[in-house]
Amino acid sequence: MADTIIASQPTPAWRLAIRHPRRKTLVAFGLLAPSLVLLALFTYWPIIQLTWQSLHGQQRVGGPQVYTGLKNFADLVADPAFRKALVNNLIYAFGTVLPSLVLALGFALALARSNRINTVLRSLFFLPVLLPLVAAASIFLFLFLPNVGLLDYYLAKLALSGPNWLGDPDVALWSIMVLTIWKNAGYYMLFFLAGLQAIPADANEAAILEGANPWQRLRYVTLPYLKPTIGFVLVIGLTNVVTQVDHVFVLTKGGPADATNLLLFYVYQQAVENYEPGRAAAGSLAMLGLLLALTAASLRTLERSFGEPES
Amino acid sequence: MSVANREISPKLGYGATLLVAALWAVPFLWMLVAAFNPESTGAGMAALIPDYVPSLANFAEAWGLADFPRYGLNTAIISFGILAVQFVTITLAGYAFARIDFPGRSFCFYLFLTQLMLAPVALIVPNLVTIASLGLYDSLLGVMAPYFASAFGTFLMRQAFRAIPRELEEAALIDGASIGQRIRLIYLPLAKPSLIAFAIVSVTSHWNEFLWPLMVINSPDLRPLTVGLATFTRGAEGAQAWGVIAAGTLIVSAPLILAFVLFQRAFVNSFVSSGIK
Repeated sequence: MADTIIASQPTPAWRLAIRHPRRKTLVAFGLLAPSLVLLALFTYWPIIQLTWQSLHGQQRVGGPQVYTGLKNFADLVADPAFRKALVNNLIYAFGTVLPSLVLALGFALALARSNRINTVLRSLFFLPVLLPLVAAASIFLFLFLPNVGLLDYYLAKLALSGPNWLGDPDVALWSIMVLTIWKNAGYYMLFFLAGLQAIPADANEAAILEGANPWQRLRYVTLPYLKPTIGFVLVIGLTNVVTQVDHVFVLTKGGPADATNLLLFYVYQQAVENYEPGRAAAGSLAMLGLLLALTAASLRTLERSFGEPES
Repeated sequence: MSVANREISPKLGYGATLLVAALWAVPFLWMLVAAFNPESTGAGMAALIPDYVPSLANFAEAWGLADFPRYGLNTAIISFGILAVQFVTITLAGYAFARIDFPGRSFCFYLFLTQLMLAPVALIVPNLVTIASLGLYDSLLGVMAPYFASAFGTFLMRQAFRAIPRELEEAALIDGASIGQRIRLIYLPLAKPSLIAFAIVSVTSHWNEFLWPLMVINSPDLRPLTVGLATFTRGAEGAQAWGVIAAGTLIVSAPLILAFVLFQRAFVNSFVSSGIK
């Protein structure tokens, strides 16, 4: 039966079945429906809710939500804890992403050739990525412990003494940053390893024939080729550091004196501990804004420092 | 032998990498040495070279202090539950984007991609309200629900499906295969590498997640490993029981590290091909 239809028509029926526009659209949206419903519920609706909540507040405790204009944002900016968290987050973002990136690139360049030792070393650098961030924090809790902890114990053997790594407001954020770099550099290394493999061998050979030294080859051959990878790593790195604060919970709870408070932790405090939904919403939007701005800025910087990509 | 090998800089770089590698290993080394220490507290806990007869005492104590098997079960239910639902949603949506030409397709696609920009953690506050109003507060389903749709997974499946020749599907169509049969019998088997890559990345990220389950879960019985470990660490920290903390951390970290050791290449490939956790 099907055979005769195909034989008798210029366009076979089974092709019409796929190409019939209304039926096609219906099928497509039927297939998309589960995802669209879930995205609406957990991505689009929350954004609307955040925006609405950031513009509303209660006049008195337990009172109705009334429109308060930009009051939540004004309160947010006036809150020293928020300003501290914002500055901390910027320091934390640049102070972890840039060193991680340089280390990751260094690891990848050194371990690019595949042999048994390099495979082991790559795994070693990648291992922290698999650890839950709270587990990494549990380990570093002892590393940073005053006096008896690992760092102070070995510093004492060298007749040195360290600061209170997590207790000193001037030091604590930097200690947290060390953990973050340790945790993430191996992840970024993977992308550089993949990026290095895509560089044609002739490019390097030509540079060697021209008498370029290793630094020149890195600057003028390797880095331009790795530009898309660097951009990609910058974006995921910045996203990672703004959206991951698990270690802050375990190590410092944002203290001492908000020295390690980061935006997401601040939002959590406002929402869960202080019951300030308006301020938490304004803080969430500020965080999203920061994330987008950092990503855009880092990509633009990259564009400028290496010029147009060679195709 | 190329000129490069005779130059000094690459060798210096390799030496520096070896040094950094030694530093990188220190936290792991400490965890191992402290976990198998017969003691759990005191001045000797900082040793990186074991000077004792290994003991499982710290593991026994950690095991007794926290219900790790139950936390592990909760984490497994969350991670694999999310993955199971994601497989359905991303396959269906991926097929629609890859193979059906419908009005509004590119608009819908961009609508999906916004999920990549709007990091789910930035939305935890309103999502908690939604979860509560759905009656899912303090339930594993509440932890899982926001992740059931995945823009990243959809994108991955779309790419995989587009690489499959249309002729295969058209042949099946002539034989009268329904759309469900075509996806199940033609598309999914050929997209297996992408499915495995997505599975590894999805399970790893949800296995390690902390903040969202911390907010959704209230009952101790429903805690995942990460929340259980944080609570456990806080308790043991008060008692200065560092060996016990090391043992607990090792217990919690072991499953993924073991999986990595077994399927190293698959892990590395999927992390590279994905990029976004």
